[in-house]
Amino acid sequence: MAPVGPRSGDAIFSSIDRVNAELFTLTYGAIVRQLLTDLEEVEEVNKQLDQMGYNIGIRLIDEFLAKSGVSRCVDFKETAEMIAKVGFKMFLGVTASVSSWDADGTCCSIILEDNPLVDFVELPDTCQGLYYCNVLSGVIRGALEMVSMKTEVTWTRDVLRGDDAYELQVKLLKQVAEEYPYKDDE
Amino acid sequence: MGREVAESCVDTMLMEMVAMYSARFYANKPELAARRIEAIGYQVGHQLSERYTMERPRFSDHLEAIKFICKDFWSEVFKKQIDNLKTNHRVKYFLEIMKFLTNFSCVCFSPMSLQGTFVLQDNKFRWLSRVSIDPSSEKETEDPSTPGESKAAQAVSMYLYFPCGIIRGVLSNLGIPCAVSADISSLPTCSFVIRVKA
Repeated sequence: MAPVGPRSGDAIFSSIDRVNAELFTLTYGAIVRQLLTDLEEVEEVNKQLDQMGYNIGIRLIDEFLAKSGVSRCVDFKETAEMIAKVGFKMFLGVTASVSSWDADGTCCSIILEDNPLVDFVELPDTCQGLYYCNVLSGVIRGALEMVSMKTEVTWTRDVLRGDDAYELQVKLLKQVAEEYPYKDDE
Repeated sequence: MGREVAESCVDTMLMEMVAMYSARFYANKPELAARRIEAIGYQVGHQLSERYTMERPRFSDHLEAIKFICKDFWSEVFKKQIDNLKTNHRVKYFLEIMKFLTNFSCVCFSPMSLQGTFVLQDNKFRWLSRVSIDPSSEKETEDPSTPGESKAAQAVSMYLYFPCGIIRGVLSNLGIPCAVSADISSLPTCSFVIRVKA
């Protein structure tokens, strides 16, 4: 069932430039910390992390398409599998699984058991309401928007909030028809 | 070697962090944006130094700590070592020449006491390896008041507050209070100037 892209997530991850994950994890942590100090409102921090993720997503999709050799997905199911099996693997080195499809195949859950963003992280009580990993949902939303899919991505489970895994619900809102604003050479 | 992630994750995250502070939060107050970005770097440096010095004996003097940054620390973070380390007198000379050749230093050095000054030069600083400066604005360096030039310089220097903060964080965690600035007269070469506070 799971479609196999021209290159597996593992193969891509082992061939691209990688860096020490501690730097990544601690930098993200320091950003969240600084945002909490500067913005005070946890809601606002969630929003900024999501915005940051969105901007990252619209850049990473290019790298994803270029390095994975993946071509057009036939449906949203295939898209979700690609994100989980290739996307997470090639960027973060972890794999995710897809489950909980709704009847019309437009809404599913992406589950992460392992998440490098939260190594060394513990949330104090003052951070209730913070979606620490909100950058990830933004990345998915941004990346999908660049391939004509408007989505809504929300956290349904979060280990930092006491759940047993990280679960993102990805809901396809609409598929934007592709338009070509540019003129062909005459 | 522990866990790894794609380099583009770190690159894009830094880019967005800088954009968030310098273009969204403090678009008209670059000095405030700079301070926040430096603070984030400081925090990262502070924590990384804890991890990387866990199994080492105490550093006997400043030079030992600086050498640790040049070799071990730089290798962990950038997968290469610092290419050149200069200290004291030679630094003074080096700074004079730098100043003479270009007024494109991102932070001005005060010629005051150069006691305990170290210059760490990375000939291909990873975080700047893909940064280019618009050549049209670079021509105008003769007139430092040209807005185009200062804008380009400011944009690049925003990226440098983060690594400067990291270095300051590492050293202060090792008990060496200091000020760190960066100089990018010839990209992608980048020199970090560390002035240890007496």
